[in-house]
Amino acid sequence: MTAKKKRLHMTPAGIVLSVLKYGVLILFTVVALIPFVWMISSSLKTSIDVFSIPMRWIPETFHWENYLNIWSKVPLLAYFKNTATVAIIVTFMQILTSSFAAYAFAKMQFRGRDTLFMCYIGTIAVPWQVYMVPQFIMMRSIGLYDTIWSLVALQSFTAFGVFLMRQFYLGIPNDLSEAARIDGLSEYGIWARIILPLAKPAIATLCIFTFVNTWNDYMGPMIYLTTDLKKTIQVGLRRFIQAYSADYNLIMAASLCSLIPVTVVFLFLQRYFIEGIATTGMKG
Amino acid sequence: MANSQAAGRRKMTALEKRNTLIAYSFLAPNFIGFVVFTLIPVVFSIVLSLMDWSGGQNITFVGLDNFRYIFKDFSFTKSNLGIALKNTVFYTLMTVPLTLLCSLGLALVLNKAVKGANFFRAVFFFPYVASLVAICVCWNFLLMKTGPINQILNALGFTMKKSWTSSRDLAIWAIIIVSVWRNAGYYMVMYLAGLQGVPGELYEAATIDGANAWQRFTNVTMPMLTPTTFFNSIMMVISCFKIYDVVAIMTQGGPGRSTKMLVTYIFELSFGGEGIATSAQYGVASAVSMVLLVIVLLVTIVQFRGEKKWVNYM
Repeated sequence: MTAKKKRLHMTPAGIVLSVLKYGVLILFTVVALIPFVWMISSSLKTSIDVFSIPMRWIPETFHWENYLNIWSKVPLLAYFKNTATVAIIVTFMQILTSSFAAYAFAKMQFRGRDTLFMCYIGTIAVPWQVYMVPQFIMMRSIGLYDTIWSLVALQSFTAFGVFLMRQFYLGIPNDLSEAARIDGLSEYGIWARIILPLAKPAIATLCIFTFVNTWNDYMGPMIYLTTDLKKTIQVGLRRFIQAYSADYNLIMAASLCSLIPVTVVFLFLQRYFIEGIATTGMKG
Repeated sequence: MANSQAAGRRKMTALEKRNTLIAYSFLAPNFIGFVVFTLIPVVFSIVLSLMDWSGGQNITFVGLDNFRYIFKDFSFTKSNLGIALKNTVFYTLMTVPLTLLCSLGLALVLNKAVKGANFFRAVFFFPYVASLVAICVCWNFLLMKTGPINQILNALGFTMKKSWTSSRDLAIWAIIIVSVWRNAGYYMVMYLAGLQGVPGELYEAATIDGANAWQRFTNVTMPMLTPTTFFNSIMMVISCFKIYDVVAIMTQGGPGRSTKMLVTYIFELSFGGEGIATSAQYGVASAVSMVLLVIVLLVTIVQFRGEKKWVNYM
């Protein structure tokens, strides 16, 4: 095995191949990361220097004060707080209701189960853009317009969450729940004590999906929130961009700040994120 | 005998009833929210496409008038629906193959044993997680008149005199570039999962038969990846038809109508364009939604058909 590897490395073809391989990797890495590098670099310049010709990657002087100034220009802190509130409530609701409903679909027999499930799956295929207008009209008529609760209502009960959890539950052997049933545990007890602890990876995946999606959601908050202090970070950032369209450096600084929470979540939990996509094959 | 069977059946139904009730209690929290905030709006939007309504007291049934209105004088260069359709289709036709190519390339390279594969995988995936507004505005700047990309292109001998997003020809390409850049890492993950499912024996057999690397790729890897490619393409086509947010942040459908998409049109009819106050035409907007729905459902049916043919899940 090692002899074979060594031989491969020594042949000219082997060397060319691995140079090519790493060449492609490095090229793609540069393409993937360069916008972020440019963002960091620009956020530390003065606004005039951002588009200087020729461009320089490392600013002459580092203007760290940009990162202080952005907080007083728009209520950025309020935007962060609102987004965090929505993201946390939605994630919690999503996990709770999805893991609960998925249990019935995966582990129980009842009339109309498959029809109902098809109904759920069917609506995943219907784009949100198709029914966002009637949804908006309804939300407005029940007084949720311009409150963060509209966003909570919008994202807490998705069919996607139920689907993801159900797929995972199906992989848990039925013998476990049946044995517990014979031992006299109620269905709620089986859900809480047996299925839920085994479904931790699925919960982690759904958690990250929901958190990142809610944090990055643009259209929902754009339609539903009008009061400035109620806005979430994405629409707030957009407002910032429109109000200070020439302050390129400040825009980049604020943009970078908006990326921090999802970046942290991604760095720590990326394994679940990537595995979750590979197993469900679906976007959140 | 018959009696006890009947009794058994009756007993079963009683148990079934109890079970059904418990099952419904599990479903209820999600189901109620789902019905109120998803199912009813879906039905409502179908009904609304047959109505004339601008949000006030008056709501009248107009039959297919909304559809007649949007298809009136239909042309791909003049009517709003025609232009929106043309732009959306063009965007889809460019984005899907480019994304497929990039994601497949990334997956193939990463699937070979490389040092730091996990690091590279995370790097390529990161653009997909990054907040849309931040990356869109960043790309807007990168593609500005005197931005770094135009500087490079000018140095290479092209003459770039405009910001991409204010050029009628290039604006849609700006959106395509951002979409490909953002989604390639996502579909790469799908391809990596697909590659994992290719049995190693196939390669060994091909090597014994004297196949070189390229032949192994075209005769083993590609056919084995067909289900993944098919699935990826379908998912991408659907998400391309739903494109809105990138457009809203980068170009707002402009300049002119050069990046107006189907959803952009729905949006303008319902909420007015950004900075443009028009009275809402919910009925017409819903009619356009139905066009989008029909397209997406057709693609989904193709997927179901194809899945039966190519993919074995269970």
